[in-house]
Amino acid sequence: MEEKKLIKGGSFLIDELQPEDIYTPEDFNEEHLMIAKTTWDFVAGEVLPKVEEMEHKNFDVAVKLLKEAGELGLLGADIPEEYGGVGLDKISSSLITENIAKAGSFALSHGAHVGIGTLPIVYFGNEDQKKKYLPLLATGEKIAAYALTEPVSGSDALGAKTTAVLSEDGQYYLLNGAKQFITNAGFADVFVVYAKVDGEKFTAFIVEREYPGVSVGPEEKKMGIRGSSTRPLILEDAKVPVDNVLGEIGKGHVIAFNILNIGRYKLGIGTVGSSKRIIELATKYAKERKQFKLPIASFPLIQEKIADMAVSTFVNESMIYRTGGLIEDSLSVIEGNKENQGREIAKGIAEYAIEASINKVYGSESLDFVVDEGVQIHGGYGFIEEYEVERLYRDSRINRIFEGTNEINRLLIPGTLLKKALKGEIALLAAADRLQKELMSLMPLMPEDTPLSQEKGMLDMAKKLTLMIAGLAVQKYQQKLEQEQEILRNVSDMIIELYAMESAILRTLKTLNKLGVDKAEHKLDMTQIYVQEAFDRVSLIGKNTLAAMEEGDVLRTQLSIHKKLSRYTPINTNALKRKVAARVIEAEKYL
Amino acid sequence: MNILVLMKQTFDTEEKITLTDGKVNEDGIEFIINPYDEYAVEEAIKIKENDGGEVTIVSLGPSRTESAIRTAMAMGADKAILVENEDIPLDEFSAANILSSVIKEQEYDLILCGHMAVDDGSSQVPQRIGELLGIPYIGTAVKVEASGTQVVVERDVEGDTEIVEAVLPVIIAAQQGLNEPRYPSLPGIMKAKKKPLERLEIEDLNLSDDEVQPRTEEISIYLPPKKEAGRILKGELADQSKELIELLRNEAKVI
Repeated sequence: MEEKKLIKGGSFLIDELQPEDIYTPEDFNEEHLMIAKTTWDFVAGEVLPKVEEMEHKNFDVAVKLLKEAGELGLLGADIPEEYGGVGLDKISSSLITENIAKAGSFALSHGAHVGIGTLPIVYFGNEDQKKKYLPLLATGEKIAAYALTEPVSGSDALGAKTTAVLSEDGQYYLLNGAKQFITNAGFADVFVVYAKVDGEKFTAFIVEREYPGVSVGPEEKKMGIRGSSTRPLILEDAKVPVDNVLGEIGKGHVIAFNILNIGRYKLGIGTVGSSKRIIELATKYAKERKQFKLPIASFPLIQEKIADMAVSTFVNESMIYRTGGLIEDSLSVIEGNKENQGREIAKGIAEYAIEASINKVYGSESLDFVVDEGVQIHGGYGFIEEYEVERLYRDSRINRIFEGTNEINRLLIPGTLLKKALKGEIALLAAADRLQKELMSLMPLMPEDTPLSQEKGMLDMAKKLTLMIAGLAVQKYQQKLEQEQEILRNVSDMIIELYAMESAILRTLKTLNKLGVDKAEHKLDMTQIYVQEAFDRVSLIGKNTLAAMEEGDVLRTQLSIHKKLSRYTPINTNALKRKVAARVIEAEKYL
Repeated sequence: MNILVLMKQTFDTEEKITLTDGKVNEDGIEFIINPYDEYAVEEAIKIKENDGGEVTIVSLGPSRTESAIRTAMAMGADKAILVENEDIPLDEFSAANILSSVIKEQEYDLILCGHMAVDDGSSQVPQRIGELLGIPYIGTAVKVEASGTQVVVERDVEGDTEIVEAVLPVIIAAQQGLNEPRYPSLPGIMKAKKKPLERLEIEDLNLSDDEVQPRTEEISIYLPPKKEAGRILKGELADQSKELIELLRNEAKVI
């Protein structure tokens, strides 16, 4: 196999990448497509008909469906074959997640089981733990859950109060505390629980439901995802065998943070699947619903909504599978060496923590936008429970909250980037220096007559602007930057848009190189629409951030650079959106 | 028991049919195993799981048919033969000749296939193959019990059930309701890519031009006319009835 150089996490901010450098959905192979189809067929044939029962808290249905999913291998994608799993690549498991997401709440039960519930054991379990638990989790004979959050520690996960004390005979840890909002708690058999040994060493444990002292509280009454079970987990002198310490004592945070990274990435994929479902529902409705004797799909304002939904989903999908490709490349080189495997994998995933946070924030907000417009297209009927889009609207909201709120993730993005720069992992500081000189002799955009030439130029300018502002912020606030949350958020939003624009541009060019202009036309249109709108957002954030940091002559000088960096000739996005919408409406689905 | 399954790849039944230059547009279309053939695949795998043996898929079609074949393999079929044909025009006569000439080279106890293909819906090929091979044909099967050299088939005959007993080998065509086809499992999908697929060309078969030449000619392809808006007759009931008869006779020309 060709040796592939791994792309560093966060390096997209300063590097110029080629279309071949990123993974795109056009790279799916035959098996990937078959796995996606099996998953969707299972969802459409078995899960969707039972959504209503699960929404009314009939969780026996969910458990039965999980077992059926297990028979098909849909629970074992991330579990190696030697432990009873299927041992597939990350793209395959991503496609499962994307398609399961179309099943509403069931996706939460599935995701909590295969993701945050099972993965800590896959990545950090010792040989005995893997042999004992994984084969049962792969079939769904046992269901897993993950218990990190506590009533008083949400975003501040390490502030957990749950304690673990070694018993006098040295055979058990006695766990005391309460965990909050635990998905699958109503029926899970195995919980990954975090507690502090001797009140300080943050540690992960595998806790079985049957252990003495383990119980669950009542079902929460939730705004959405009502078809999933969410309860507190209560630990009262819970007797956990010492063999069930997961990873090292005092190193629970390594597991917690890496599982969060994976969780964020997986959440992002889920939003792609849900968005596609909504586009399908909304488009079909818009074609059937007639007002003024015409299907509402024939009205430009409805078409615009459909185009915006498609564009946002296209960008979201391009970003998420790009990250998927990065993680797959990084994990596929880690094989064999079992001693360090867990730590190696943790490192491999942590490398793309920035990208995972970007996917989480972008995906959850894209889905919220898409589902909001989905309801709007349905008009009054979108407000009525009989219509699926009403449930999807409520189900969407949680995504901006769990797996780290979008606010926390926004702070993490520039923070992590700065850490990587200071460690010398990416040459951010050198790039900032180079930029200083470049800004003095800035040339206006001169697009060539090749596809997306102007967009590539705009991306380059947006990168410069972002780097300039991030550099100024670091210079100005230095150690106190952490307290400037608004500025960090602004920089974060700019970085997210860079990743978004670049993923769309590179994917479209890759498609164009591979399949020709005809087959890439839809993507070309969507990319042009997106880049123009995102560029304007970046420019505005840039201006506001400068105004928040500087004043007087200094501000005026910087604004003049900002102006040069923001200049381009706009295109007619109205016309492009009508074209995009026409194709989606014709197909009655995202394409 | 060695079982052959005749399988065609067809449009996903969810797809919309559009025409470009008088031809059905295949751009961006999802293709699936013909749903009736899928019952045949499932039945073959079930029989194999009970009695042992081997399931071989036999297909005629363009190279994209491979994805349907891999799906059947992921469900549990063991191997496949694909006679590749991208654009030579064929009809039921020539297709039956081609498939029979492949089948004659195989060892088999039972042939299963779908009762019709959902694309052209001719429902002719299985009977023709039975004739060409000189074996009995049993159509619209809703239950199949094969054991040893014997087969008992329950047939759907316009809403009634007919029970047929026959001695193998026979060719059986599956009707909807025969079974509930399984989803291909993930381990099945991963195994499928390693299963043997033999590709043949029509020229590889010992067939004369006369046997491949279609006996029918395609004149043109067109979509069904758009449904016109309905009309509500007004006036006295007796006048309405008169007008209706008038219209049925002269406008719709159905009476």
